[in-house]
Amino acid sequence: MSANLSASDEVLIGRIARGDRLAMQVLFARHQLRVHRFVYRLVGNQAVAEDLISEVFLDVWRQADRFEGRSAVSTWLLAIARFKALSFMRRKPDEELDEETAGAIEDKSDDPEVLVQKKDKSTALRKCLQVLSPEHREVIDLVYYHEKSVQEVAEIVGVPEATVKTRMFYARKRLSELLKTAGIDRGWP
Amino acid sequence: MNEANQKLSADDIEALLPWYAAGTLDARQAGQVEAALADDVELARRLDLAREEMTETILLNESLGVPSPRVMENLFKAIDRERKATRAPAPGGGLGGWLMGLFTPRGFAFAAGAAAVVVMLQAGVIAKLWLEDRVGAPPFVPTSVPPATTRGIEIGSFLLVRFAPQANIADITRFLDARDAVIVDGPRPGGSGGLYRVRVARGYVSKEELERLVREFQSASNLISMAVPSE
Repeated sequence: MSANLSASDEVLIGRIARGDRLAMQVLFARHQLRVHRFVYRLVGNQAVAEDLISEVFLDVWRQADRFEGRSAVSTWLLAIARFKALSFMRRKPDEELDEETAGAIEDKSDDPEVLVQKKDKSTALRKCLQVLSPEHREVIDLVYYHEKSVQEVAEIVGVPEATVKTRMFYARKRLSELLKTAGIDRGWP
Repeated sequence: MNEANQKLSADDIEALLPWYAAGTLDARQAGQVEAALADDVELARRLDLAREEMTETILLNESLGVPSPRVMENLFKAIDRERKATRAPAPGGGLGGWLMGLFTPRGFAFAAGAAAVVVMLQAGVIAKLWLEDRVGAPPFVPTSVPPATTRGIEIGSFLLVRFAPQANIADITRFLDARDAVIVDGPRPGGSGGLYRVRVARGYVSKEELERLVREFQSASNLISMAVPSE
């Protein structure tokens, strides 16, 4: 099924390269949600995420003729999205963090207490997923939500495959540590 | 021993559990993980941990909501600006001189003839593109996989539309733009050319209004061969 979807995406990119606006609409409709969520999880700000996904798809419009089809279109989109998100985060000094981002950071300091109170493993796990470092959040999201293989994660993040596996291991280990702080011992690692 | 036949170590197998849980390992690696899981209760327990993480990661992402319509508006405004910019004549004496040369009787005659040829060529190209879409390699491979957008909450009112075989892309785009309508999915299996899901309003509209929109779409019979309300 995913092979069919990939082939379809590639055809759309070919048409976009020829200036087909309709194909662009379909590609955008198909991928905007996942790209948005990936960017939002990195930048933590809805308005910024929305600006960035406009930029991502505008790049697709401009560069469709350069797409070589060596990876899935969705992988290419996420790689562009990641680049845009990281460029934004580098441009924006910490002191310029807006209210929404600051709110998310404040939320982190409350976590262990909140988690202990809730004693709900599912909620606690979700809360811990939110306070992982961007690097760990990114790999967890790519593997579990965006269903990317080791090789695809390596392409998106720009690191060797062995590093992807190591990073995933440490992200999960950190998750277990956070849960332990909240009173939930998973018995691993 | 080549890579394809290499046996994975216990550490390698454990490292691959998240990808096994997500179903993104190749058949060889998945087979080795399955074999290891059959003999190792602790490994199976750790797979359950990975599955828990995956479930919560999906729920967390799905709770993030959807981008606002302004994203698409801004994007296509920017695209249209770029299209206009690339169509605009570049400044410069050479081109200016060439244009001035057209303002003579002979120049007008030449320009009119050339324009007619261009229009005919353009019509041919558009028709060919459309026919390629219909008859040749299909532009979108029909798939049973739902688009990413269906995993979130979609706000708006939608029609399921089949475009007429003779309709061209420019006319369809103009028709949709005039009604602030956009194609959000397609083609879905459903006959020649497939069915497209078109958002016709940003919010929910009454049944009567939706029926009016269906009639409006169906009245454009040169462009649309079928239109029905969609969920």
